[in-house]
Parts: sequence; C-alpha cells; structure tokens
Amino acid sequence: MPLVKNGKITGDAFVLLADDAEIPGDGAILVSAQRFLGDAEALSRRAGPTGVVWPNNRDLDDLVPWLDRVAVVALSFPSFRDGRAYSQARLLRERYGYRGELRATGQVLRDQFLFMLRAGFDAFEVKKKSDAEAFAGTIKRYSVFYQPTGDGRLTALHQRMMLRHSESANQ
Amino acid sequence: MYTYDELDRTLINERVEEFRDQVKRRLSGELTEDEFKMLRLQNGVYLQLHAYMFRVAIPYGTLSSAQLRRLAHVARRYDRGYGHFTTRQNIQFNWIKLAELPDALSDLAEVGIHAMQTSGNNTRNVTSDQWAGVAPGEIEDPRIWSELLRQYTTLHPEFSFLPRKFKFAITASAHDRAAIKVHDIGLRLHKNAAGETGFEVLVGGGLGRTPFIGKTIKPFVHGHDLLSYVEAILRVYNQYGRRDNIYKARIKILVHELGIEKFAAEVEDEWQQMRGTALTVDDAVIEDIRSRFTYPAYEKLPHLPEELKKAAHDPHFERWRKNSTFTHKVQGYAIVTLSLKPVGGPPGDATAEQMDAVADLADKYSFGEIRVGHEQNLALPHVARRDLPALWKALDAIGLATPNVNLVSDIIACPGLDYCSLANARSIPIAQELTRRFANHDTAELIGRLHINISGCINACGHHHVGHIGILGVEKNGEEFYQITIGGRADEDAEVGTLIGPAVPYGDVADVIEDIVEAYLALRERPDELFVDAVKRLGVEPFRERVYATR
Repeated sequence: MPLVKNGKITGDAFVLLADDAEIPGDGAILVSAQRFLGDAEALSRRAGPTGVVWPNNRDLDDLVPWLDRVAVVALSFPSFRDGRAYSQARLLRERYGYRGELRATGQVLRDQFLFMLRAGFDAFEVKKKSDAEAFAGTIKRYSVFYQPTGDGRLTALHQRMMLRHSESANQ
Repeated sequence: MYTYDELDRTLINERVEEFRDQVKRRLSGELTEDEFKMLRLQNGVYLQLHAYMFRVAIPYGTLSSAQLRRLAHVARRYDRGYGHFTTRQNIQFNWIKLAELPDALSDLAEVGIHAMQTSGNNTRNVTSDQWAGVAPGEIEDPRIWSELLRQYTTLHPEFSFLPRKFKFAITASAHDRAAIKVHDIGLRLHKNAAGETGFEVLVGGGLGRTPFIGKTIKPFVHGHDLLSYVEAILRVYNQYGRRDNIYKARIKILVHELGIEKFAAEVEDEWQQMRGTALTVDDAVIEDIRSRFTYPAYEKLPHLPEELKKAAHDPHFERWRKNSTFTHKVQGYAIVTLSLKPVGGPPGDATAEQMDAVADLADKYSFGEIRVGHEQNLALPHVARRDLPALWKALDAIGLATPNVNLVSDIIACPGLDYCSLANARSIPIAQELTRRFANHDTAELIGRLHINISGCINACGHHHVGHIGILGVEKNGEEFYQITIGGRADEDAEVGTLIGPAVPYGDVADVIEDIVEAYLALRERPDELFVDAVKRLGVEPFRERVYATR
C-alpha cells in the first residue's frame, strides 16, 4: 500500500511488527496498542523511532501520557464507513496537542482524503495506487469550509466576518 | 428567503464537480458498486426497485419561485414529469438516470439547491416549521439557526461517517409543526429569564422499528453555544454509537441503553472541554446570516377586504378558505396551504406543470416564496387576504385546492412497494382508496382533525407511529398485511400510537379505518373532541372491539 506524506507518495520508514516479533534495537517500528502499553517506558526510550497502532474502539486516555514520546500514531479505518478515527484524530491534535505523524490506515480511499486531512491526519496508507497518485489534485477539490477544525483552514463564517470588516474599513 | 453568497455557491459547485468525478469513476469501473454506494448515498442517490431515486434537500422547507421552477425543470428534463415531496422537506425524483445526475445537480446548483447528505449515515437536511417567520406568536425566525446548522453540518470532516443517519429539527413556536420530538436532535427555541435566545435540546427521538420520543438533555443551551453543544453530542455518538447492528445504530438506542442521565453526563463532560472555542457563535455571525434572509415589504391591509366579503357568498370558496388558510402574523395576510392530497392521488406528488404554476402564483401573490411542510403539502406564506378569491380560482384550476388540510384524507404516506426496495407492502394505493372513501367534504369536516400516516415497512418513512391513525405494511407468507395503531401524534405532546390488534389484509384496510372513524363519531363527547383526544380518554379498547367484533 503506497504511503502518502506531505502530499507525495514516499517510502515507509516504519516496519509494522507482529506482537510476537522481536523488538529491534534501532530502526523505526510500529507496534500494536496492546504491546506498546505492555512496555511503554522501554519502547518509548529505544534508540529508533517507535509508533503505535491505535484501534478505533479504544479510548485515548492510555495513550495520552506517551504522546510526546511516540513518533507515529496510526489510526484505523476497518471500513470506509466506520468514522470513529476522525474523532480520535481531532482529539489527538486539538485537545491533546499531538504534533507527531498521524497516519490513516485501513480502507483509506480518495474520497475521504480531505476529511482526514481536516481531522488532522498527515500521513495516509492509501488502499489503491490510483488514489494515492491522485492525492494532490483531490485535496484541492474544495476551497470553502463551513466548520472550524484544528487544520487552520479559514471557515466560511470567518471569511465573511473578515470581508465585512474590510468593507466597513473602506467606507 | 436565504440568499447564497459567493462562498455558498462555490461550495455547492465544488460538490457537483466532485460528484461528477465520482460518477465518472463508477461508470468506468474504477469504483466498485460497494464503494460508490456510500458516495452516491451521501448525495441523495438511492437504487430503488426500478431505477435510481434522487432526493433533493429543501432546507427548512423554504423555496423561492426560481428554485421551484428549477425543480419542475428537473422533473421534466431528467425524470417523468413529476416529483414527490417527502416528510422531511425533501423532494424525490424516481426515474433518474445515473449518467445524467451530475447535470441535474448542476442545474439545481445554479439556483442554490443541493442534494448533499439527503441520505447516508450523516447529518441530514435540517428541517423546521414550514410557517417559520410568519406564524403568529413565534419567538423568532428559527430558519436563521437552521441555516447556521445547515452550514455547520454540511461536509463535516468528523461526522460524515456516523453509525447511522442523523436528523435535526427546529421549532420556535409553542405548537410544534416540525415534529422535533421524533428527531435525533430536536431544538425548541426559547428565551431565558434574561431574554437571551437559546434552545431546549432534545435527543434520541426517532421512529423506525424501535420508536422513541426524544428526551430533554438540556433545558437551555445559549445560542452562542449551540454548535459546540451539538458537536459534543455528535462526538459522543460517533465514538460510542453501535456499529454492529444497523437496527441498533441510531442515537436513540445509545441514549436508551446508557439512560438519558448517563448520556447527558458524557455529553456535558465533552462539552465542558470544548465550549468557548472556535465553535462559539457570536452575535456578528448570527447577524450576518440574518442579514441574508430577506422579508417581504408587507402593506397595511384590512383584515376583511371587500374581495373577501364578496367571495363569502360562494360556499366552495368559503369551505376552502376555512380549511386551507391560516392566521398570519401580519394583519391582512394569510398563510395558505396547498393540498397535495387530491382525491385518488398519491400523497405529496406534484407535476412539473403544477410546480411551474405554483411558482407563478407565488410570484403574483406570495412575494415569490413557497414552503414545504412535513405533512407533504406546500404553502404560500404571505398571501394578502384580498387576493384569496383569485388565488383559490387559480389553485382550483390546477387541482391544488382540495379543502382537506388536516382532515382524514390529508394522508402522509411513504412511496411503499410501488417504488421502494425496502418496502414490504404498498402505501400509495391504500392512501388513494382512503381518499376515495372520505371524498365527501361534509363528512370529513364532521370528523374534524385526523391524521392518517402510512408506512410500507418498519423503517417508518410514513411516520405511522405518530399518526392519529397509523397504518404499517408488513408481509405475511408473501401477502401484504397492515398493522393499525391509534392515538399517536407528532406535535408538542408527541406520543407513539398503540396497536389495536392483529394485522389485517390489504383488502380490509379501508373498511377497518371506516369502522374506527365511525366508532369515534359515536363515542366522542362533543363534536370538538378530536379523534386523538377521544382515544386518549377512552383507550384503544372500544376501537378494538368495534374493529374485531365482526372479523
């Protein structure tokens, strides 16, 4: 599955480790939430970067204390119809101030890219190659947004207010 | 009327182009039907028994004449010359071709109409009182807030893949015409002691196979906090609503399983962490939206103009006037309901010719404005009373002056097995037969207010649970049977109706309804004791006896 970061298809530096696989001393790894929590102290201090794959039906509370020590949080879309990870993503970015890589995994399709981006994802394990290749164009589909999220895009309401102020300033 | 600005126009045009691309990818096979299904549902496109069905939103039930003409154009150009108004202020076209849908959407977008989120597991069209802005005694125009919510819920990046569909309704009148108690979130606008605008918030109402009346989660949420509070509810639902069983995925089940206190505490906890942030709606924002609603320049007119006095000699006109016109907040004006329930016709259907004619009449008599109500009728909201006789003549000529508003033949019905792939039984022919049985207007007036609602399956699109008489189609051994409930209502005293007994076969339904109505006429205390009040007083037993004694 191609990985899209910074709008481009890139190689994935992280290796997804099975729960029974040995933890390498260095190198970038992704481990399950269960394994991570089993030994979070050691895992978050190892030489290489460590990321965690967090299920979409588990509260974030256990992850929050470790956020400044994980390199990647990977959230999952077991089906493109299952939208729980959008809420998790916004909470991680907007409430808990997570600044590391936030990766979307699972059924990640073209028509969800912009929603994911707006929710705070910045890395995408895209299911189809053609979708990954279309990433840059797809996220430009919209120029108007009605809701404030943590992504910094101006909302329509704010744009209107700014327009009003500039109009009254010109009078 | 709300007028789109450049930003609103840009967004719906961008949505049309996105959908055009999605259709193109489906037609080329790049998207599987499973992947496309969700994408088309997010834009109001269902696959029904015979063809694709296309559902277009009429936010809070307000249309301009130009918009109605464009709906007529879509009916004529892309469909079979008619449309069907639904119970949620939408219009459906039943014979649309997939390849032509992007063009139909593009034509609609030119007049500020869209089909975004009219189906799918997301926040649906925000509905409101069809008399908003003209009803006497209204606290303020609820459409300002409806529009704010329409924008907030449109293409929401967090809530476009909820466990199940999610419906908002808003009222600002003591008498609830928006059925807020049977919505996922119901909002009742009121003022606090300080005179500030806010909302009683109800949650967890809904019909379907497990009907619930909404419960109050918070008695007063300040208008400034409306969006953050709604976001807190949606976030709790998005994370904890059930996704393992489609029939248990609505928020009403989560509220029921947790209990309203626990659910309210979860929401409160979430809300306390996010209120006062970017979602706060300040007065300037409200004023900006308010400023884009235009209101008619009413004239100073007498309550009883000469034209009305003269026309009062015509009993046909008088019957229609008494039945279909309602008090307007401005003296000299009336709200006029246009019945889409002609004798023998399918409830809620209008032809392209009728839509064009109504648009012309709206221009001539109602400041170019039309309303759509959840009862599947239209309304002209600002008619000068002196124009009523002329309007009546014009409406009568196009078959839209049936004087049966709120009467027994003003039936709400879903499309049923004639169109819908979910249905177990037909709805429309039952409604048609009932309108024939009760075609005599004197009898219908004698019976008084009586709402019959028909659903062709347990999904309850015809809101049968909250009909004074509810008719639900079920299938038994390959045959159509109908369960009858009585005593339901959808207003401020909303209740779910009670089953009167075993289901009856298709051919018996009209007879059974006649029996129930005759029992009511014999049992009511006074002529003005409404059917639903008589059921409340007597219970279902006397009706059950009457219906099943000879069956």
